[in-house]
Amino acid sequence: MPAPPPALEISGLRFAWPAGRRGAGFALAVGELAIARGERVFLHGPSGSGKSTLLALICGILAPQAGEIRLAGAPFSALSAARRDRMRAERLGIVFQMFNLLPYASVLDNVLLPLAFAPERARRVGPDRRAEARRLLAALGLPEAALAAASAARLSVGQQQRVAVARALIGGPEIVVADEPTSALDAGTRAAFMDLLFAQVAAAGATLLMVSHDAGLAARFDRSLALDRIARTEAAA
Amino acid sequence: MILLRLALRSLLNRRLTVALTIFATALSVGLFLGVEKVRTGARSSFADTVSGVDLIVGARSGPVQLLLYSVFRIGNATNNITWESYEDIAAMQGVDWIVPLSLGDSHRGFRVLGTTREYFTRYRYRGGQPLAFAAGGRFDDLFDAVIGADVAAALGYRLGDPLVVAHGLASFSLHDDAPFRVAGILEKTGTPVDRTVHVSLAAIEAIHIDWQSGARASGARLDPDAVRQLELRPQAITAALVGLDSRLGVFRLQRAINDYPEEPLLAVLPGVALQELWSVVGVAETALAGVSAMVVATALLGMAAMILAGLNERRREMAILRAVGARPRVVVGLLLLEAGLISAAGAALGLGTVYGGLAIAQPFLDSAWGLYIPIEAPGAGELGVLAAVVAAGTAAGLIPAWRAYRMSLADGMTVMQ
Repeated sequence: MPAPPPALEISGLRFAWPAGRRGAGFALAVGELAIARGERVFLHGPSGSGKSTLLALICGILAPQAGEIRLAGAPFSALSAARRDRMRAERLGIVFQMFNLLPYASVLDNVLLPLAFAPERARRVGPDRRAEARRLLAALGLPEAALAAASAARLSVGQQQRVAVARALIGGPEIVVADEPTSALDAGTRAAFMDLLFAQVAAAGATLLMVSHDAGLAARFDRSLALDRIARTEAAA
Repeated sequence: MILLRLALRSLLNRRLTVALTIFATALSVGLFLGVEKVRTGARSSFADTVSGVDLIVGARSGPVQLLLYSVFRIGNATNNITWESYEDIAAMQGVDWIVPLSLGDSHRGFRVLGTTREYFTRYRYRGGQPLAFAAGGRFDDLFDAVIGADVAAALGYRLGDPLVVAHGLASFSLHDDAPFRVAGILEKTGTPVDRTVHVSLAAIEAIHIDWQSGARASGARLDPDAVRQLELRPQAITAALVGLDSRLGVFRLQRAINDYPEEPLLAVLPGVALQELWSVVGVAETALAGVSAMVVATALLGMAAMILAGLNERRREMAILRAVGARPRVVVGLLLLEAGLISAAGAALGLGTVYGGLAIAQPFLDSAWGLYIPIEAPGAGELGVLAAVVAAGTAAGLIPAWRAYRMSLADGMTVMQ
């Protein structure tokens, strides 16, 4: 029986920003990278090392000029922009550094938002979506009082990050991509947040790819990758 | 569903700017609908002024001119009709009734109309309503006058008050040797009747007995009691209102009058003359409607500018939507939905403004200008205007939507602020 395909597979990837509008041209190349299903991978590198570009490629916002990204064995980067958007909705959950939430919307609506674009995930959640959102938020330690807040903007930064994790996990996507999710948190909150993140990602059976410049977090992951080791950046001509 | 809810919450989040924009749209829509209401109200008020009259007869001129001077007391007749012609028309086949009108004198800015007692029963306004007396009754004595409601209100006249008629319309030569007495005051009608002093045809003759060629014969004084003894037969009148036995004969009678051999006469159907009048003033109406349409367009462009100005602060919002899998066209759709919701709210509020304003202003418009605008459910035309406003507003939303589309393609998920 062959091994299941990796959750994320990158091969011969190459992307170049054209020179001009965004300043000097800049190119990123990634040879081979495979992340197994359920693996927790830590990716670190200094700013300017092409992290944002790599994340945008992995999330399907950008399309590479050469090479390929596959999700669970299925072609991803080769799809049309519209189909990449659909696939991102179904298979990826994304947590940003901060300002994750629509400030005017309720906490529950923020968590339920991806289901509007991912019918498969919505189907897995079942008929009572709000109950599932509440369960996830409770599991992530969000107090009931915070749930009742009129809008997500009233929550503390730590609470907002937890809501973002609930949004990333609802409906069970295969991969959670977290981009510096702890850098806006203080040290005490950070440890508690990481505990909850690991526990819930494991409970959902998802793969975790976390990007951070804080190397101190690396020890908790299955594997730690330095961006400058797996990717080559160059100033394009 | 969640997207509609998000759009509403997003608008609510910017409630002050959104409310101002909705208000501006509502005012413009209210102006547009209000202009339409006044226009149709003015038309029906004009049409209501000559209810139940089949033909208007006067000396040969233009139909609009005849209509304006005979019924609306606007402008002057170029010529009179002789009394013989009047009697011939009265005798024509198919004529049920005929009421003579003699204009030319005035009383303190109000026109004096010489007519018969039949005028008060034959004249109809606003869908066949007859004239009613607030006080007194029709003229009995030679020097009795019946005044309209505006005349009574403006000059403070009561029954029995004396009233001196001036020769001509803006004149200092008074028929002061023959004062009239207020014998009746009419109820408010909202027509030119309110601004008219009615006297008998014989009285018009009487006060001109000692006048020749527009000036009083020197030394001649009129003795009212002596005049009452005279048999006063009018020599000419200005116009006549004619009612027919059967409306079927109206064109035949019209032709007969227009072909009257003794004197050049003109008979017009009030409705036809009104149509001609509308085609004259139609240009002004179209200009007015055009200006109010431009005001609506300005408000909608202002809305588009408001959404556009807010886009930069909402880049983060769009990046989040993109991250959870929304396609750029969802971002476009949300902005169009926003524009549609604002213009729909503006249109609805504008409609409400028109009806609210009408409810308050209706009695005032009626009493001050005789403009009666009925309050009735919005017609197909008005609903069409509202639908067009929402459609145009949504289309105006394409400007910010296109910009947001470009921005969300360029930004992806990278905007952090």
